[in-house]
Amino acid sequence: MSRNLILGTALSSLVVLAAVLSFLWTPYDHTALDIPNKLQPPNATHWLGTDHFGRDMLSMIMVGARTSIAVALVAVGIGMTAGIPLGLTAAARKGMWLDELIMRGNDLVFAFPSLVIAILITAIFGAGAINAIIAIGIFNIPVFARITRGAALSLWEREFIMAARVAGKGAARISAEHILPNVANLLIVQGTIQFSLGILAEAGLSYVGLGAQPPTPSWGRMLADAQTMVSFAPHLALIPGCAIILTVLGLNLMGDGLRDWLDPRIRVART
Amino acid sequence: MLRYTLKRLLSLTLSLAVASMVIFAVIEVAPGDPASFMLGVNAQPDTLAALRTELGLDVPKTERYLTWVGGMLTGDFGTSYTYRTPVSQMIADRMWVSLPLALYALTLSTLIAFPAGIYAASRRGKPGDIAVMGATQLGVAVPNFWFAMMLVLVFAINLRWFNAGGFAGWDKGFGPAMQSLTLPAIALALPQAAILARVMRSALLDVLGEDFMRTARAKGLSRRQALWRHGLRNALIPVLTIIGLQFSFLLAGSIIIEQVFYLPGLGRLVFQAISSRDLIVVESVVMLLVFAVIVVNFVVDLAYAAVDPRLKSRT
Repeated sequence: MSRNLILGTALSSLVVLAAVLSFLWTPYDHTALDIPNKLQPPNATHWLGTDHFGRDMLSMIMVGARTSIAVALVAVGIGMTAGIPLGLTAAARKGMWLDELIMRGNDLVFAFPSLVIAILITAIFGAGAINAIIAIGIFNIPVFARITRGAALSLWEREFIMAARVAGKGAARISAEHILPNVANLLIVQGTIQFSLGILAEAGLSYVGLGAQPPTPSWGRMLADAQTMVSFAPHLALIPGCAIILTVLGLNLMGDGLRDWLDPRIRVART
Repeated sequence: MLRYTLKRLLSLTLSLAVASMVIFAVIEVAPGDPASFMLGVNAQPDTLAALRTELGLDVPKTERYLTWVGGMLTGDFGTSYTYRTPVSQMIADRMWVSLPLALYALTLSTLIAFPAGIYAASRRGKPGDIAVMGATQLGVAVPNFWFAMMLVLVFAINLRWFNAGGFAGWDKGFGPAMQSLTLPAIALALPQAAILARVMRSALLDVLGEDFMRTARAKGLSRRQALWRHGLRNALIPVLTIIGLQFSFLLAGSIIIEQVFYLPGLGRLVFQAISSRDLIVVESVVMLLVFAVIVVNFVVDLAYAAVDPRLKSRT
């Protein structure tokens, strides 16, 4: 295993662990106000300090991790559930009108400014975690469709697929039984990358007030709240910012490491 | 080439037509009637009806769609519901902030990414490469609005070199206007530069393995000469695609950065229009942005075909 994979997995696991742990235990109640102790810098009683209402930052970061992970994970799920079958279908019908339709539809979605559309969706249907998930998820669909199709196309030329066809298997069965397992590695790697992009997108949406709504903490909104206080309480902006950066960095490193690890050609070259 | 261009042009027109329908459909199903939004909850039914007629909201949807598209083709983007000014005028005003900002950010990102990518590729596997790649990993992971806040904290609040937000306006002169765009441009450029540097590096590494590079070395060019004369030019194709994509992204993607710095650009216009249900403004700006992306892609495709004739036969 490469250094990237180890470091990336460690960072990502740390965040996931914090999120899971927050269901059972947080140092303080993340909604408990403690005005006399507001805006404390990190110290022995509040490891990451307190915010402008005296809420414990560490507890908020832990619960915020939950929001970020949930939104990004479900958005990747939407992208995979819709995108992979589309990509498999397009590859199986290569060059035919269905393939053309799916790919042109893909191009079209890519042409839309994703952030503007995400803001539009959340603004129209109301701000909240669910709509943020849908808004981010929609733009994951063409990503998975394209990558699945690209990888599947080259597989369709291979002998073992030919053998399956000769054995009388239909396109749908070949796609599910032979193509999908062979593109799975690629999809896992892309999934990690989309996951990290989802974390960034969620942070952006909740920063402009369109993500998860109070009192559910989210890293993006913690940053928005910090904006006017950054000059005298920089930890309010530094801590959620570092949480986002470490999570995204961890996922990206893990994605890179996984790609190298799962690609036998690179593995052979290294050993 | 002519046949290829015509074919691409047809697909461009089709894409634009479908995009306009999608935009119109999505925005028209939006809950929240602009007229009742403008007049508030206590509006009289007859005032509401009058305003709906005035805004043209009482005509059938197909007719409204055709009027909207027809207007756009002749440069008439309609009239804003809330500001009662022509949308084309509003877009033109905001363009003077968003376009220079996007170009500024793109220039910065290219200026950072090219040397970084070339340096990393020429030092493959050595500490210099690892340092650049580590920095790009970090650059991709930093949310640009957070980076913007940090820039404000350091350069505006502590050092007082720049204003924390707002736009000086071009009538105050080039210097002050560029100064108010500098921090936003840096914030936008950082993640883009990180992506571009990675693309530059991997494109160069791909090219370095090609036969013609070996030929170049064999005929006596040094590694550096071969890289500059033959490698770079051939590595530019994927790099230019990304630059094209980044430009259209920057035009629309500055929406959050414009919020951070209170810049009166296109992004802020869309954001405000969405919150005040100024549908006609939202529709037109989104259409314009989609138009920009599709046209940039079209130009990039044509440029490819001109550079690499093999691509023409592949479509």
